[in-house]
Amino acid sequence: MTAATLTRPASEQTAETPANRKRRRWVFHAVMAPLTLLWVAPMIFVLVLAFRSFDDIAQNGTAAWPSSFTFQGFKTALGTGAMGRALWISIQVTVPAVLLSLLLASWAAYALSRYAVPGRRIILLTMLAGNLLPPQILLIPVSRVMESLGIYDTLVALVAIHVGFGLGFYTFVLHGFMRSIPSELTEAARIDGAGPVQIYARIIMPLCRPSLAALGALATTWIFNDLIWAITVLRTEAKLPVTAALLNLQGGYVSNWNVVAAASVVAAIPTAIVFFAFQRHFVSGLLMGSTK
Amino acid sequence: MTTVAAPRGRRDRQRAVPAVVWLFLLIPALVEIGMVFWPALNSFYLSLTKWNGLGAAQPVGLDNFRDLFSDDVFRGALKNNVIWAIGFGGLSVLGGLGLALALNKPRRGVGLYRSAIYLPMVFSLAVTGLFWRVQYQPDGTINTLLGAVGLSGLEKQWLADPDTALYAVLVAAVWRQVGYVMVLYLAGLKSTDPTLDDASAVDGAGAWQRFRYVTWPQLKGVNTVVFAVTVIDSLRTFDIVWAMTQGGPYHSSELLSTYMFQQGFTFLNLGYASAIAVVIFALALVFIITYLIRATKEEAS
Repeated sequence: MTAATLTRPASEQTAETPANRKRRRWVFHAVMAPLTLLWVAPMIFVLVLAFRSFDDIAQNGTAAWPSSFTFQGFKTALGTGAMGRALWISIQVTVPAVLLSLLLASWAAYALSRYAVPGRRIILLTMLAGNLLPPQILLIPVSRVMESLGIYDTLVALVAIHVGFGLGFYTFVLHGFMRSIPSELTEAARIDGAGPVQIYARIIMPLCRPSLAALGALATTWIFNDLIWAITVLRTEAKLPVTAALLNLQGGYVSNWNVVAAASVVAAIPTAIVFFAFQRHFVSGLLMGSTK
Repeated sequence: MTTVAAPRGRRDRQRAVPAVVWLFLLIPALVEIGMVFWPALNSFYLSLTKWNGLGAAQPVGLDNFRDLFSDDVFRGALKNNVIWAIGFGGLSVLGGLGLALALNKPRRGVGLYRSAIYLPMVFSLAVTGLFWRVQYQPDGTINTLLGAVGLSGLEKQWLADPDTALYAVLVAAVWRQVGYVMVLYLAGLKSTDPTLDDASAVDGAGAWQRFRYVTWPQLKGVNTVVFAVTVIDSLRTFDIVWAMTQGGPYHSSELLSTYMFQQGFTFLNLGYASAIAVVIFALALVFIITYLIRATKEEAS
């Protein structure tokens, strides 16, 4: 699957007898293989459940060996369960929110890293601090702010709060990266007559592509997976994104475990795709978050 | 910022921050002020009022906070939050660190194991919650497995039993978090000095001694980050509890965040809910500062 992507070049060479090493390798796999299986078992179980029929589950229980195979669970989840609509809403929120977050964050990071803005360190840390606040302290006033802006219960509000809340973190990470770009590059461009905007667009942004990709992968999963902001700024059921719709569906299809399982698989697939497609970026994005 | 610039060059640049660059900074800053800092300040004000969302908020001084401490549900939620922080933090650090140590050295299959373990991290907490709700069903995998190994006496309605609900949710949350902590520790281990480990091995130090006296001290930086991140995360925890139990049964899995949400959005006790939010903030503050200090150090280096 993805075995090769994360292994690092061998750096440790320990002097061991071949037999000894072989035994250790055997012990390693004997422990890790069952553990890993146990780890993925809940996912596999839900996946299998999603393809079973309602009658099969009702008769034999959720934990029984499957004796049916049907797409009915998915059909119901995507259709009357509204997961199809919710998926489309989530995309409409996630794409603009990720792009806007990265755009605005790159502006702020550019200004703070390449120009002697007075107090830039304080500004940077204050922006980061904003992202570390517990969302609970923002929920009630944010819903009020959205009301007074006249965008409460619209997807615009959801995009706005995702951008506002995430900005500090993205700015901090991008700032760290932009700072490491040698000033000779931008100086040379400046002498050639390039203005700040050209330097930003032609030199800094292209060089930031790796960190933008990593942050993008991370932001996509964060925003797509959000629940609390969605239920804070949205009221109408027909406007809820995937996570919130999933919880509603769970209430409406109590004991229809195949539908619930199918819906959670539907909700999990997009981020799983992002993960497998951008695994390397995703992991480096997480690490950016840690060494900040 | 740049160490290369001569004093004069630096002075030149200080004089000239072009207007457009100010704009670059101002627009994002204003967005964050409007969406984060202004609302946060409002919460502090609201916590000193009584308000149901209609009309004007009535200032009541510290009444909300006084009420909080005689509120059994709040005290229970606070206690649950402490259990949560310790359980969630402790288990995910133990698991993540253990797995990172096991999967640190490149061997065949390591990449596959790592991917499998941090895969749950990409799922939303709501999805994670549902995945586990299915397992915890009365006829779900967990009870079935217990029955299969002859422990049917332990079978329970895990999420409907006030004694187990919180821990059942905790297990699901840890399942998702371990991979993340593992990634952090793997990165930390990568930056440790392998020659130290080898040298102490040559000197005859056992595996535990090497870990305790050679590797562990080098992980100090990662530990700080993991500690701060986990505590901040546990105070924020909301989604997974909301998805699995909504704080029930009988508030047995209530956390501060879920109680705050109920008070604010179900009962419209906006002042009281804001007071809970302020308590959450106050508890998180120390760890936010820890995190920021560490960020400052990274910044300076």
